[in-house]
Amino acid sequence: MMRTDDLVHALAADLATPARPVGRYLATAVAPAWVISAVLFAVALGPREDFTIAVGQPRFVLKLVVTLLLAVSASMLVLRLARPVAEGRLPMLALTGGPALLAIAVLVELVSVPPSEWTTRLVGSNYLVCLTAVPLLGLPPLAAALVALRHGAPTRPMLAGAIAGVLAGGLAAALYAMHCSDDSPLFVATWYALAIVILALIGAVAGRQFLRW
Amino acid sequence: MNERERAWADLMRAAIAGDAAAYARLLKDLAPALRSTARRRFARVGLAVADAEDVVQETLLAIHLKRHTWNAAEPIGPWIWAIARNKLVDALRRRGNRVDIPIEQFMDVLPADDASAAMGSRDMERHLKALPPRQRQVLRAIAVDGASISDMAARLDMTPGAVRVALHRGLTALAAKFRRSE
Repeated sequence: MMRTDDLVHALAADLATPARPVGRYLATAVAPAWVISAVLFAVALGPREDFTIAVGQPRFVLKLVVTLLLAVSASMLVLRLARPVAEGRLPMLALTGGPALLAIAVLVELVSVPPSEWTTRLVGSNYLVCLTAVPLLGLPPLAAALVALRHGAPTRPMLAGAIAGVLAGGLAAALYAMHCSDDSPLFVATWYALAIVILALIGAVAGRQFLRW
Repeated sequence: MNERERAWADLMRAAIAGDAAAYARLLKDLAPALRSTARRRFARVGLAVADAEDVVQETLLAIHLKRHTWNAAEPIGPWIWAIARNKLVDALRRRGNRVDIPIEQFMDVLPADDASAAMGSRDMERHLKALPPRQRQVLRAIAVDGASISDMAARLDMTPGAVRVALHRGLTALAAKFRRSE
């Protein structure tokens, strides 16, 4: 029979095996996964033809800013959720930075573009590609973020998985934004958001299965 | 934060800096607190109090394997109770009890009488038997016989690094077996 004091001997002997902080683990898992997504992106889609012109246009730049901002704020939240104690309230508000910026851009778009054009801009030219490519490109970073969360001790596995999905969605959408020729905030707020929600749902389901410890 | 938790935090900080003796003392100090909570809970739902030691060992294992999730700048009490609560809820659920334990009940634990330091866990014994032979051998010798890493390296003709890996893998596998046992 292994007594509790015996177990303590074994645990103390194992102290020499270092335990990596979750933050470093998350970074070293997600960064290479995002590179894989970037390679997949380059092979399957690639940047749009007028890429060099587009980088100078505010609507295009906004897509990158909003998606990357979302990814950064989601990763901070993931780190919080990786720990068993929630100190104070969860900074869910941090997650709204990207969406708030996008909401302002949508208002500007509605004011500056005639109503007859709204639908055309919202539907865009390739929303089906967006809805397929973003979730697929998000799978590698989502898997990596889940592995990092598993290294932690999340006590809210579904929420943690969902936010990992948002993190992966932000990263994947930033890649896809370089291909996508629909720059209107109306398009981004609809289809990019929907694609990221799909990843969040996948993350929540996976989190429930995979994040018990 | 009380005196006791401050002492625990000091021991954990020493442990993170590599002090294995401080770490062993911390875990031995935690065991009675975890035990009294687990026993009270088991008694309340009509489970055999002796089986509460399964939860104590599983919780110590989790505290060990997740020690990097404690932020040294924060009080250690809430972190310990969050892990203990998670493990207790899981253990009771596995035994067929749907439970919702308010976190407050973890804050006021009383130390149990110390006669129970010799308690064993039947689950642990069962899971140990299911480990690969090398991991089991290393784990049991270090835990029960008090062998050191270098003792085991000499005895099994392994490098100390390989013994460490076997020990760590064994502990990780044990935690997984606790989690999966139904």
